[in-house]
Amino acid sequence: MEEIKNNPLSLQWSLEDFTPASVEDKESLVFMRESVSFWKDGLHRFRKNKIAMSALFIVFLITICCFLIPGVYPYKYEQQMKGSERLAPMQYSKTEQKQIDAGEKVFPHLLGTDQNGRDYMIRVLVGGRVSMTVGLVASVLILVIGSIFGAIAGYFGGLVDMIMMRIVDIIYTVPDVLIIILLAQTLKFPLEALASKPGFAWMQKLGSNMISMFIVFALLYWVGMARIVRSQIMVLKQSEYVTAAKALGAGSGRIIFKHLIVNCIGTLIVTTTLQIPSSIFTESFLSFLGLGVQAPMPSLGSLASAALNGFQTYPEKLFAPAFLIFIIILSFNLLGDGLRDAFDPKLKQQ
Amino acid sequence: MPKYILKRAIMSLITAFLVATLTFFVMNMVPGGPFLSEKAVTPQAQAAMEAKYGLDKPLFQQYTTYMTGILKGDFGLSIKKRGRTVSQIIGTKFPVSAKVGGLALILAVCTGIPLGAVAAFNRGKFIDNLLVVLSTAGIAIPSFLSSTILIYIFTTKLKWLPSLGLKDAQSYIMPVVALALYPTFYMARLMRSSMLDVMGQDYMRTAKAKGVTTFKAIFKHALRNAILPVITYLGPLLAALMTGSFIIEKIFNIPGLGSEFVSSITSRDYPMIMGTTIFLAVFIIIMNLFVDIAYAIVDPRIKLK
Repeated sequence: MEEIKNNPLSLQWSLEDFTPASVEDKESLVFMRESVSFWKDGLHRFRKNKIAMSALFIVFLITICCFLIPGVYPYKYEQQMKGSERLAPMQYSKTEQKQIDAGEKVFPHLLGTDQNGRDYMIRVLVGGRVSMTVGLVASVLILVIGSIFGAIAGYFGGLVDMIMMRIVDIIYTVPDVLIIILLAQTLKFPLEALASKPGFAWMQKLGSNMISMFIVFALLYWVGMARIVRSQIMVLKQSEYVTAAKALGAGSGRIIFKHLIVNCIGTLIVTTTLQIPSSIFTESFLSFLGLGVQAPMPSLGSLASAALNGFQTYPEKLFAPAFLIFIIILSFNLLGDGLRDAFDPKLKQQ
Repeated sequence: MPKYILKRAIMSLITAFLVATLTFFVMNMVPGGPFLSEKAVTPQAQAAMEAKYGLDKPLFQQYTTYMTGILKGDFGLSIKKRGRTVSQIIGTKFPVSAKVGGLALILAVCTGIPLGAVAAFNRGKFIDNLLVVLSTAGIAIPSFLSSTILIYIFTTKLKWLPSLGLKDAQSYIMPVVALALYPTFYMARLMRSSMLDVMGQDYMRTAKAKGVTTFKAIFKHALRNAILPVITYLGPLLAALMTGSFIIEKIFNIPGLGSEFVSSITSRDYPMIMGTTIFLAVFIIIMNLFVDIAYAIVDPRIKLK
């Protein structure tokens, strides 16, 4: 036996070589990583991006400040205090000074008060809340309308696509200021009438301007999203899984919603995140035109544009909301950039 | 190419026609009218005014009258500015906006594109990080803020520049800078990312391998390819800048088309709204056509069909 084995020309093989491998032997040969899903992979890359993570943290922080602090703040945003108009930051009015002298505790006006004696800090915080809400709701509206419109145009192609994209072109070409102003004027009375009916009390709280602003977003600003989604769908509809789904007898609606839109979710998330700052931008522009949210409710845009008139004497009244707008838009932009770097399949290889 | 331009021109005409029709009916269906704001108008006087501008006729007849007027080049009389035609008003307001906007565009192109390119070449270095931070911050500032900050620094504090009107060359500086701020940084970002994209391409490696100098590789291969996405952005940008920004014009008190348009909408000057809308629509459409043609010239791979 030994002799045979040592002979290199021998055709005899050791039987040991043919015994089945043990479990440990098998495991030692496995070098494969755990399978990484799309989300895991993206999240892993996102977590490594320091700038995007700090942007996410700042967004989180601002959200907490704007949504929770107004609930526990000692002043209300619409509360007018007589005698404490136009106070400088940390300044007290005469009556408040008396209270302090008498030993009472008075919460300081961190940013002073406005011309109606309203605490400015709380107005900036509530303004941030309104602006963030407008940004988020508008972006969701744009996401829903834009992606469905774009997906339908991209999937069917041909004549349907041509007609639908002409509609996009027309909306793109009509000056948005025109539609915004006309719409705000048209909707004012019907919305106010509707708000006075029972069951629509929530509308009164929001104000007709805010609702017409959402309608403006829903009508006008989805065209960019529709274009992006359309171009994605036009590529995706050539994939094998769409052919397979068709062969199995799936209808167009099922293919669009179950297969195509789900597959461009990365693009959708990124575009929506980047849409939030641009919606906040548009809101501040509308407030500048006087078509933003209704007084006494503040938004960052309306606070900034109201402060424009007296900004040479009270510059801090402009810079406080302006700085918050800047920080919100900046961190959402950085967050969106980070999400794109993490989830865009085209950037993966680099 | 001529066939393509003809096809596009016909498509554009249809779009412009649809935009005009849509605007006409939307505008007229909105409650209110041009004479509501004027106080103490007797019903007879109002009827006389409406008859003068043809507003008493049925809507569809008004529409056909207006449309045939446009075909003859007649955009009608302004209701609010008595005795002046819409064409005259646009003719005096547009050059003002176009001058400020054109200067802003030149400024944005001349600074934004080089900044983006420089950042891309120094990827990961200090200058790249600085430019990325600057440009991300730059596109986060609404224009009404940047212009007030400019006024605060250069008029209130330093007293160097006038803040209102367009009397001399100096007074152009602030509105042009304020208007150019956003597009400059946007273009820098766009240019940087497309430049990085191009520099990773195989033909750049080929160019290096066959011994092309860095300078030539950058100008002949990289820049020409990287500039394509920027050109796409240039079309809408050009239209937006040239037709006037309402906010900048209001803050700096510039008598341009943007502020004129907004005031005509709020005062319901129907012929003025229609005239400006059609003018803007045609302008945007022509700019987009120019961009497509420029695209085909810069990138020979693109065939216009």
